[in-house]
Amino acid sequence: MRLLISIALTILRAKLKQSIVAAVGVMFSITMFVTLLGFMNGLNDLLDGLILNRTPHIRLYNELKASPEQPIAREWQQQHGAADTSAHHFIRSVKPKSELQKLRNALGIMRTLEKDPRVLDVTPRLVAQVFFNVGTTDLNAQISGIEVEQEVRYYMFADYLVQGEARDLATDNNAVVLGKGLADMMEAKIGDVVQVTTATGDRALLRVSGIFQSGIADYDKVQCYASIRTVQELLSRPGSYLTDINVKLKDITMAPAMARELAKRFDVDALDIETANAQFETGTKVRNIISYAVGVVLLVVSGFGIYNILNMLIYEKLDSIAILKATGFSGGDVRRIFLALSMVIGAVGAAGGLLFGFVMQHIIDNIPFVTQALPTVRTFPIDYDPKYYLIAVTFALLTTWIAGWFPARKAAEVDPVEIIRGK
Amino acid sequence: MNNTNALEVVKVNKSFHDPVTVPVLKDVSLEVRRGEFVSVTGKSGCGKSTLLYILSTMDTDYTGEVLIDGEATAGADKGRLAEIRNEKIGFVFQFHYLLAEFSVLRNVMLPGLKLGRKSAAEVEADAMDRLRQLDMADQALKMANQLSGGQKQRVAIARALINDPLIIMGDEPTGNLDKKNSEIVFDIFDRIATEHKRSLLIVTHDVDFASRTHRNIEMEDGRVVR
Repeated sequence: MRLLISIALTILRAKLKQSIVAAVGVMFSITMFVTLLGFMNGLNDLLDGLILNRTPHIRLYNELKASPEQPIAREWQQQHGAADTSAHHFIRSVKPKSELQKLRNALGIMRTLEKDPRVLDVTPRLVAQVFFNVGTTDLNAQISGIEVEQEVRYYMFADYLVQGEARDLATDNNAVVLGKGLADMMEAKIGDVVQVTTATGDRALLRVSGIFQSGIADYDKVQCYASIRTVQELLSRPGSYLTDINVKLKDITMAPAMARELAKRFDVDALDIETANAQFETGTKVRNIISYAVGVVLLVVSGFGIYNILNMLIYEKLDSIAILKATGFSGGDVRRIFLALSMVIGAVGAAGGLLFGFVMQHIIDNIPFVTQALPTVRTFPIDYDPKYYLIAVTFALLTTWIAGWFPARKAAEVDPVEIIRGK
Repeated sequence: MNNTNALEVVKVNKSFHDPVTVPVLKDVSLEVRRGEFVSVTGKSGCGKSTLLYILSTMDTDYTGEVLIDGEATAGADKGRLAEIRNEKIGFVFQFHYLLAEFSVLRNVMLPGLKLGRKSAAEVEADAMDRLRQLDMADQALKMANQLSGGQKQRVAIARALINDPLIIMGDEPTGNLDKKNSEIVFDIFDRIATEHKRSLLIVTHDVDFASRTHRNIEMEDGRVVR
């Protein structure tokens, strides 16, 4: 086999120009493949991160909903021993209570979850509807009471603060962080005092300690944050009053199953990340399919390049093939020689492609990309995952092998008598 | 010493089928003993080259029997035939057929490396030895296409000798050479037969060349006539 490879290399050296052209074809496609996938996945991660970073894997809450069982139905049931199927009950006197939003025994649930080995973090939240009073107008907003330290650690809260410090929110009982859109509407700056009214009519004054920008404008127009204690005080509720428990898991794939389990166990609503963000998953998948498809097409094209050049080479080298066969090289030997030749071209092209792909990724990674919507992003995102390099190399070697195999088989079947006599 | 004939041909028939069936070889039988220098002559189209390619094992489309060193080649698989060519047959063609990408030395070495019985260094020493015998040692590192026609033919002979083959076959090896170079090639062949006891089977239309070999086989119209 060493002899065959050395013969292949000699032929390669004699046809250096064509070999280089073929290798450059492979190199180009690998470069594009690696760059494209790195860039696409960088974007995917960025877009996913936009939502997923800030989204708990499982969110436990109580949804406001009508009472599933109205007294009239219960009455009927007691009298007749079966549900009423003969008539429709128009009387629906039990209405949803706002108190229902409260998670019952929230602290107990949290203590239990914290002991669960699958759980990375448990963070409580208290979400309430409020109005900001600006002149004569009231702006509708949603205030989230948060545990600042945990939110910074597990939900990248600090990354989205464009002004102010997250710390201030934790230490100052009257601090509030406004969404960028909300702050703009109120023309509020850091240090300004804004008046807030709760749904029950209580009023309070809060000091603006920061502005955050999530990148989703509608969200930034209605969202604001304060510490959990601030919101509890605002609503005149005790320290156990919580509306949400956000759970981060060690393994995100367990989220749907665990959400179902928790919902049943604690008798609450549980929303897992996959259900909540199905559209992102779909978008990621589609982008992945497109980039892989383009990458594979590039490789196939370069495969055709190798196929052509090898075919030409074999046609030019018919004499040499005949003489190799006449002096005792078998058809299999000849096939291996040309296959080795193709693989060398593929390997050299792939190596160059990986190097250039890495360089291209670096270049893209350094192109400034500043957008209002993405406050944390300064340059184009790139995913340097070695996985893509590995896929590229595997595909490159596979295509060159296939592209080399057909011409090599043809070379193996060359009849030396025909060539030698044909002269 | 082994007494089997180097080459034995029994009733070989061959026809070309395209476009109509034309018989080219009719019941050809012959034998070449060890150390015998045999020439095959005949008019153009008498089938002498066709016969040679059958004997060389490269053409397998025939009926009859061909035994090389007592081993039947009809029906043997292609891999085995390649091994036989590599080990037992040395080839010299009219057109010199060296591999242009390789140096003279490497050209001579290739069949030896393929055989794989000796290390690369030993094969190289053998190759230099063959080239020296043919007065080509000083050209060893040149590329094959830098040589003259006569020189190329001598390199081709050196290559044919690298594995100490049982029989050397030539298809008009002097056909493309001038008188002086033909003379050199003949002397080399003669020396191979008498000094090294190798068999030679040379197809030629050069009557003068043929008359000086040990035995001349004359073919006409697909048959051996003498």
